[in-house]
Amino acid sequence: MQKYSIFNLVKNAFSNHENWDLAWKDPTPKEEYDVVIIGGGGHGLATAYYLAKEHNITNVAIIEKGWIGGGNVGRNTTIIRSNYMHDENGLFSEFGMDLWRKMSQDLNYNVMFSPRGIINLAHSDAQMNAYARRGNSMRLNGIDAVLLNREQVKEIIPMADFSENVRFPIFGGLMQPSAGTARHDAVAWGYARQADSMGVDIIQNCEVIGFDVSAGKIKGIRTSRGNIKAKKVGICVAGSTNILAEKLNMTLPIETHLLQACVSEPVKPVLDNVVTFGAGHFYVSQSDKGEMVMGGDLDGYNSYAQRGNLPTLQHVLTEGIAMMPFLSKLKMLRTWGGIMDMSMDGSPIIDKTHIEGLYLNCGWCYGGFKATPASGWTFAHTIAQDRVHELNAGYSLNRFSTGHLIDEKGLGTKTWIS
Amino acid sequence: MLYINCPHCGMRSQNEFSYGGDASVKRPELNTEISDKEWDDFVYNRKSLRGKHLELWQHISGCRQWIKVERDTATHEIFRTFKADEEVA
Repeated sequence: MQKYSIFNLVKNAFSNHENWDLAWKDPTPKEEYDVVIIGGGGHGLATAYYLAKEHNITNVAIIEKGWIGGGNVGRNTTIIRSNYMHDENGLFSEFGMDLWRKMSQDLNYNVMFSPRGIINLAHSDAQMNAYARRGNSMRLNGIDAVLLNREQVKEIIPMADFSENVRFPIFGGLMQPSAGTARHDAVAWGYARQADSMGVDIIQNCEVIGFDVSAGKIKGIRTSRGNIKAKKVGICVAGSTNILAEKLNMTLPIETHLLQACVSEPVKPVLDNVVTFGAGHFYVSQSDKGEMVMGGDLDGYNSYAQRGNLPTLQHVLTEGIAMMPFLSKLKMLRTWGGIMDMSMDGSPIIDKTHIEGLYLNCGWCYGGFKATPASGWTFAHTIAQDRVHELNAGYSLNRFSTGHLIDEKGLGTKTWIS
Repeated sequence: MLYINCPHCGMRSQNEFSYGGDASVKRPELNTEISDKEWDDFVYNRKSLRGKHLELWQHISGCRQWIKVERDTATHEIFRTFKADEEVA
């Protein structure tokens, strides 16, 4: 594989950049693989990469219905953080933060990881207390957390509404300075390019239409490009999880819902951090191009449509304007929607299933992008060793029936009903 | 914007409604022995169909009645609406 470097950039400039190698090949599916990963999104590509890198399993195929990186890894708000209170989420995400810090060097691909810090705003004394508790829990797990008072928040984001007579005055906030953003497409492409170079087959435009299971053991998959035998199969398809589960006669603690996001026209640098509104669900950061990247609530009803409705967008942006009034002056450039695999406690599932050789990675709710490296790493471990790693032991499929829910927000079973 | 035909009030915008989830889920009968699996299916497990989906909505900013709506989860097309106690064939 051609290394991406300043030397190669200069060298290729002499031939008008026409002689670069393809970043990944377009192979015909083989008859049999050791491992087949269904879903060529961030998590699937990362899983294949870590299978090859950490476990030396390279007879691997990624089966993707559309094109790689065309789902949620191509349509998110690029936020990376590990500001969780519960041990399962905190330790898992902080492990991921380490992988993020090394990712550009590791993949030889600039993922533009920008640890600019995230601030969760608090709008009451009670919320400040809750943030102090969460911050302490984070620090016990080795995650950086700083509790900011009103004046300290004002230093960092003076453009927020600090007037006295607002409905939700800013009392302070909880900051994770090491959190940040990254360029989402580069993450998918970087993992794809490295996985491909280690021998993984990336097979696009190939839809899974069924599974071959006999005697409780997975034998292979049926696809629009023929049958493929596989010793092990990992499902990594986010919002389409229930569609595949139905083919396996499984019902899962997951519903598919639509989440929208939007960007404004680009403006000069104004916001250095990721900021979230504490009295609703709204978050904003500024991209390197200058666009304000904003998102918030789900549309609120089951949906497989990758496009949203305006009432939710209006609701979300009303919160944004309450937090930062200057946003009302900006024109909207683009909106988009993706389908989320919403689990019943708001936390993901990375586990084995009742079918031998079949593994499940789903339930990422609002937070799939930041989990990409840790999800791929632990899923690869779970598949390669046929047992869960301690980092994803809590993300079990049976935790719902045993009552070991990981309910980070304390919202109960239906996290999207507010 | 979705427009939902409330069987009590007529056609209204989605802003007046709140969502209540899959209407095909049945609570297990009271006073009968049920397995953990049945309880699990009632509380957590969902089919989350792509396509025609029967679901509960509440006309929260209108007549406040619960209703059933038959809607396509891929196209957002609404086919039929029912009163909450109507049996849907």
